[in-house]
Amino acid sequence: MTRKSRRLTLIASCGAVLAVAVGLILWQMSGSIVFFRSPAEVAARVVAPGTRFRLGGLVLDGSLKRGPDQTVDFSVTDTKGTIPVQYKGLLPDLFREGQGVVAEGMLDTGGTFRADTVLAKHDESYMPREVADALKAQGRWQEGKDGKPVKAESPDTSLGKRSER
Amino acid sequence: MIVEVGHFALALALALSVIQAAMPVWAARSGDETLRETTVPAALGVFACILFAFGALTYAHVMSDFSVKNVVENSHTMKPLIYKISGVWGNHEGSMLLWVLILSLFGAMVAVAKNSVPPVLRTNTLAVQALITFVFVLFIITTSNPFDRVAPAPLEGNDLNPLLQDFGLAVHPPLLYLGYVGFSITFAFAAAALIDGRIDAVWARAVRPWTLTAWVFLTLGIAMGSYWAYYELGWGGWWFWDPVENASLMPWIAGTALLHSTVVMEKRDALKVWTVLLSVLTFSLSLMGTFIVRSGLLTSVHTFASDPTRGVFILAILVLFIGGSLTLFAWRAPSLRQGGLFAPISREGALVMNNLFLVAACATVLVGTLYPLLLEMLTGEKISVGPPFFNWTFVPLAIPLLLIVPFGQSLAWKRGDVAAAAQRLFAAFAFAFVVGIGTAAYTWGGPVMAPVAIGLGAYLIIGSALEILSRARGYGNSRSRDLGTIARRAIGLPRSAWGTALAHAGVGVVVIGIAAQSWALEGLGTLKPGQSLAVGPYVATLDKVGPQSGENYEETAAFLTVRTAKGDTVGPVETGKRFYPSRKMTVTESGLMTIGFSQVYASLGEVLPDGSIGLRLYYKPLILLIWLGAVVMALGGALSLTDRRMRVGAPAKARAKLPPHAVPAE
Repeated sequence: MTRKSRRLTLIASCGAVLAVAVGLILWQMSGSIVFFRSPAEVAARVVAPGTRFRLGGLVLDGSLKRGPDQTVDFSVTDTKGTIPVQYKGLLPDLFREGQGVVAEGMLDTGGTFRADTVLAKHDESYMPREVADALKAQGRWQEGKDGKPVKAESPDTSLGKRSER
Repeated sequence: MIVEVGHFALALALALSVIQAAMPVWAARSGDETLRETTVPAALGVFACILFAFGALTYAHVMSDFSVKNVVENSHTMKPLIYKISGVWGNHEGSMLLWVLILSLFGAMVAVAKNSVPPVLRTNTLAVQALITFVFVLFIITTSNPFDRVAPAPLEGNDLNPLLQDFGLAVHPPLLYLGYVGFSITFAFAAAALIDGRIDAVWARAVRPWTLTAWVFLTLGIAMGSYWAYYELGWGGWWFWDPVENASLMPWIAGTALLHSTVVMEKRDALKVWTVLLSVLTFSLSLMGTFIVRSGLLTSVHTFASDPTRGVFILAILVLFIGGSLTLFAWRAPSLRQGGLFAPISREGALVMNNLFLVAACATVLVGTLYPLLLEMLTGEKISVGPPFFNWTFVPLAIPLLLIVPFGQSLAWKRGDVAAAAQRLFAAFAFAFVVGIGTAAYTWGGPVMAPVAIGLGAYLIIGSALEILSRARGYGNSRSRDLGTIARRAIGLPRSAWGTALAHAGVGVVVIGIAAQSWALEGLGTLKPGQSLAVGPYVATLDKVGPQSGENYEETAAFLTVRTAKGDTVGPVETGKRFYPSRKMTVTESGLMTIGFSQVYASLGEVLPDGSIGLRLYYKPLILLIWLGAVVMALGGALSLTDRRMRVGAPAKARAKLPPHAVPAE
């Protein structure tokens, strides 16, 4: 094998592998990306039934209902829109009415969001960023006592909360 | 008092790192080469100072010194001692201190490993390492000082996030950082080589042990993190393709590629420029991971606190080092002497393919991780790139790589013979085929691809075993059929050969473990005491639900008994919900029952007023193989490290005089 053909083999195999990688990425980018939607957007019928997306907002107070076989119904709201959600499974430990939640799944034809994943907070002062941003955009963001957002687990707010107890 | 001394020690480390970074430059300018040697005591001094600072912070945590803000925010007098200690790095400031501690530890190790490296390369490496240390210590002191005081001191602390109150916190971050930060040394070596303009097999031999050390720890750190997430989060998953996980996976993939390319460089004096670039990229990915995790760009359990100034500072560090090193590379790389080209069908050809597939796979993970961030920054549109994306981009690139692994091992350097290699591997093909068909027949009607993957795993394991066997048997005239001779030769094989075979077999074990998850089963139900829930071949019966308490929590626990479908008792499993009053937070503790390499996993849901509980049960066949395989890989790496050729200090001439099993250096 000559030097030239060796070099060509190397370049060709590099090109082939990279082309495969790029092809796979583009193919998946068009199919398996999940968008984040607020209840207001969903209520405005932006999303067609059967499309997977993430729904984020607050769990509506008093909307949580437990059905048989660990089915739960609740509503997710951002005050401008409210979407009923059905989920079968165990809810995360920090799932609470009136608090932030992100659910992933799809709408059925009746307009109910069938969630297969429900994400809540990691600790008492953390909220999924999408929710925090959505609430901020809708002007429902509650500022902390010292002017810092509640979301940020910044030292000052957590110390402040501490002393209130 | 000790806290103040710790603070001063950190400032002293900052000053010493300036000396360590500047001395080689001054030496080069003034021509006084003796100045170079001052980097060695400086590196040791930096390490000693940071170690003292870390000790001071640990002391404050153990003593519950609530005049220190970091302790107030993350500790509590009722917290068990082990979490008081591991809580030191269970927060942003402390974890950054651990980061620089390990950074300076590696610097000190290079300084102490005296004979290993040519003096100019060693001191330049130490200078680059000092520059990294300087910037990160500056970051800690200016934006994330763990020694900040608070007045008046509160009587009680806020406690640590209960999710982190686990043995995993004691092990996962130190292991991960030893890997993550360990690649700073290869980066420093690469930058030093670029500055010096000299790069050869000596460089590769000097870098290999460090790459391997970092790789071993990163492998263990990622595996430990995965197992921790598996049992702590209660979702039964072992890998979520979460950006934070990807942040640790990318340096691992790049590091694996680097590990293989340095072999080519050492043996064949080729792939030089590429290896240097890979060293730079690997640590750049580590830095990017630190940025993703620590800047608050993403929120996860790993994001302890988000503060915009910190994010900007880390971004600046990122730009400085990645941009700086790539500029240096672009400027100096053309002047490096290129190595020769080689035949595509050869050991080095196979290793190039390894690099190609690993880098392509790493790139897909990078795109999937960064794309949502970039899109949101540019258009404001929020998306999430989930497991399907990674499963369909990463896996198709990993499969051909796994197929060539045994081939690469059995091909000769310079000019390989595919037919001969295939002949040697015939037993592996046959065995893998039988295993795949057997699995498919045994699980007929189940997943289709999983038996193929099980066969692939078996192929990797047997391929590695055959490699050792055929090397022990010998080739050509020295081929032996005598079992005693073969055994003696097998024992006499270089440890790096055993290490390679073990690490590759470990990959096979991981593949089998992952493939077996296609048969994982899940059960969900509402149970009253006495009732049962079945999952796969097992049945769990709820015996009772009752309260119990720990040092700093109250728990509602469900006690279950696991039986086989026939009714034989396997054992008890306990899962509960722990309430931590200090944080007013509830955490589910999952219950695990290990049966061979498989597990039954129980996770408690809501406890209803009528005494019934929600319960999720998983049957996870062979799941322990995923982590055990990673441990086997790390063991393989560690075994290679004890190889004499990894002893960077051993000069080639003295090699023959030493006994064959000299004391390992690392």
